[in-house]
Amino acid sequence: MSAPTVSARTRPVVRLKVNGTEHAVALDPDRNLLYVLREELGLTGTKYGCGEGECGACKVMLDGVAVRACQTPVGEAVGHAITTIEGLARGEHLHPVQQAFIDAGAFQCGFCTPGMIIAAAALLARNPTPTDAEVRASLDGNLCRCGGYLRILDAVQRAAHSTVAGGTPTT
Amino acid sequence: MSTKALTVPFDLLPPTGRPYFDRFGDGLVVVLAAQRPGPSGWGAGGPPHGGAWIHLGEDGKARAFTGKVEVGQGTRTALSLVVAEELRLPLSSVELTMGDTDVCPWDMGTFGSRSMPDAAQHLRVTGTAARSLLSALGAARFGVPTSAVEAADGAIRVRGAASVPSVGYGELVRGLRRVEMVPSDTRPSPASEWTRAGHPARDVGAEDVVTGHRRYTSDLHPDGMLFGKIVYPPTYGAQLRHVDLAPARAIPGVVAIHEGDLVAVAAPTLPAALAAVKAVRTEWVSTPQPSEAEIVQYLRAHPAEGEDFWDVVHDESGSVEAEWATAPVSLRETYTSAYIVHGPMETHAVLAAWEGDRVTVWMGTQTPFRARDALSDALGVPPARVHIIVPPTGSGFGGKHAAQLAVAAARLAKAAGRPVRIAFSREEEFTQAYFRPMAVIDVRSAAATDGTLSAWEFHVLNAGSAAARPPYRIPNQRVDNQPTDSPLAQGSYRALAATANNFARESHMDELASRVSADPVAYRLRHLADDRLADVLRAVAAHAGWEPRPSAASGRSDGRGRGIAVGLEKGGRVATFAEVEVGADRRLEVVRLVSGYECGAIVHPSNLRNQVEGAAVMALGGALYEAVHFEAGRVLNPRFSQYRVPRFRDIPPIEVLLLDRPDLPSQGGGETPLIAVAPAIANAIFDATGRRLRSLPLTPDGIAP
Repeated sequence: MSAPTVSARTRPVVRLKVNGTEHAVALDPDRNLLYVLREELGLTGTKYGCGEGECGACKVMLDGVAVRACQTPVGEAVGHAITTIEGLARGEHLHPVQQAFIDAGAFQCGFCTPGMIIAAAALLARNPTPTDAEVRASLDGNLCRCGGYLRILDAVQRAAHSTVAGGTPTT
Repeated sequence: MSTKALTVPFDLLPPTGRPYFDRFGDGLVVVLAAQRPGPSGWGAGGPPHGGAWIHLGEDGKARAFTGKVEVGQGTRTALSLVVAEELRLPLSSVELTMGDTDVCPWDMGTFGSRSMPDAAQHLRVTGTAARSLLSALGAARFGVPTSAVEAADGAIRVRGAASVPSVGYGELVRGLRRVEMVPSDTRPSPASEWTRAGHPARDVGAEDVVTGHRRYTSDLHPDGMLFGKIVYPPTYGAQLRHVDLAPARAIPGVVAIHEGDLVAVAAPTLPAALAAVKAVRTEWVSTPQPSEAEIVQYLRAHPAEGEDFWDVVHDESGSVEAEWATAPVSLRETYTSAYIVHGPMETHAVLAAWEGDRVTVWMGTQTPFRARDALSDALGVPPARVHIIVPPTGSGFGGKHAAQLAVAAARLAKAAGRPVRIAFSREEEFTQAYFRPMAVIDVRSAAATDGTLSAWEFHVLNAGSAAARPPYRIPNQRVDNQPTDSPLAQGSYRALAATANNFARESHMDELASRVSADPVAYRLRHLADDRLADVLRAVAAHAGWEPRPSAASGRSDGRGRGIAVGLEKGGRVATFAEVEVGADRRLEVVRLVSGYECGAIVHPSNLRNQVEGAAVMALGGALYEAVHFEAGRVLNPRFSQYRVPRFRDIPPIEVLLLDRPDLPSQGGGETPLIAVAPAIANAIFDATGRRLRSLPLTPDGIAP
């Protein structure tokens, strides 16, 4: 078979800043941010779960705010700092929420975990000491079919306390 | 270490004739012999299995192999722990390969809660035999009898010596290429002596999960890969009359095939593949399909012969018929449970790639060896030319047993000459996977005036026989399971029929207790024939602060109700307490769950706790609001926005009690903890309102009766 031909050359190219690195991607109305991150940039930590904004598996941060990548046209991400789960740790140091998920044993299959962590990290950035009710409300759009919700709540509170206490994240 | 491609999977070669050392380097290999399936099922020796094997390498590591797979239930760590335990190794020195059909033992599949009773036991025995062999090697090295040495921390050392000479496993096996079979009299360490298994452990690979580096099948994207899609009929049962692939093939880069019943496309991008699906011209002939409104009558009118788990069961002891006429108390009710979805967070995904005449398929599956056979049959190639690899999988819950996607991807990959990945969209996951079977259960009981049960008839339609037999002493019993010609595709599901059957039985027991003004806990304890289950029930009742009382007949003024239920299935014993609150607006809220579970010796306590909690959450959905709605061969609610699953807002406090029994064999923990949740909630709703709900889901719109 001959090489696949894609008519990308007719599309405008935009620049996306993902985890601090700039990437040139073609602007295509059929490709949302989730598809571009996963299939074009190889950042597969962000997951497809439903494609309709109901499950939260595809959450990434735009300028620190959690958004659903499956509902985000690429054009809307241009000019914003995109942070995916791969960009959350600082070198060897896990983000406090990442560490807390490990400490709390807050996952089973792990597929919803990146979206949960992004949503929780974004919440703690704007509200460092949320109540349980605030965590539940903030993460209600994130589904976990393994049923790890209570452990995830525990992990978010652990992360909140470690951050408030000034504890540095450890690995 | 050689990386040359294998031509024959290990399980298709005799145990001593496999190229272990070419593949994994020099060392010592210890093999537990397989037990192949008998001509008529499992036979007396328990379920068939491919055994286990462990390779001890010059690097001092133990590479263990099992045919079971990890789909999120935590068995990778649990099984690694038992290997670490028997070999006296740190967990980090154990590498477990699961479900890879080229190098793992044959296995029938990961279902039925068999990973702990079977795979863990096989790995323990194999690890024990390996430790003995290492001890013998060490003793020979030191010139002392084997009884004078012991294994500790990955080394053999002379017991009790002042300055302890020791030699590491890696050093002991240096230059060896030795294969030994596990002696049949090998006995693993008793659980009471465990120092690694049975103790808290961090899950293997946790860092990859939280950093997004764990690669699931749906994340794999080799160079040149095409995105595959299957063209599905518009309604269930529709037959393909005509297909024209030309318009799809006119799209640049698109490959389209029509082989047998399969119409499928592949393209360099997902949008192009979706465009190609739309471009394929098909004509279908629909056949009439029953709708949800008539499903109970339809199932009653369509008995079938059944197969596998859906075999016809007819158990009878004593004489039930005589009791109905004479017993002072009798009750007859029907309970139902809807078709529901597994809804794994990672939809079904496969990646197929051919190399010469051999195909490798990466797939999230619970049955890799069955998938190998299915591909072999469908593609007309010997099983040895099919290789299944099971990457980390975003949950299964019994829903990932099928191989149609793998066959489609392999055919597309062959036609395209490129790797092809197919992943279900969420809507396809809702419509093209299979469902937990609908259940219709007719229960008839007879009892003395004090409630003592004398007869019990339990007739299951369609769901299956799991947990259909009561754990209670009842002199006259009849238990039937009648498979049907289900109009919706149905299959395995976490705990399968046990959830519906337990719902029917434990609801019925509560109705009987209420009828004779008995306390629901005392009434069950009076009849329980299983001491272990009685222990769990007592523990949960005590923890929950159960106040003995007859079941309410007219509800409670404060709108708060409490219910309890038990279950015994797959060797596990569960009791669940539920407390509900019905507000002034009749909105139902589950405000507290207590689940007690006993499954013998606990191998991985933190994971078992995680499983019991997760099972309660999953069960909550099926108990309260999950149902597939369908009409004329179409699913009407194939989206998470239309099919409600438990979310953060729905989750009450869940208190888990684990009863460890190191004196008993380990059983599974992934399934049975689901089965007492729905009846406990139904019984609590009855306690709160005086109204008995006999259909799952109990409160689809969130409103109590």
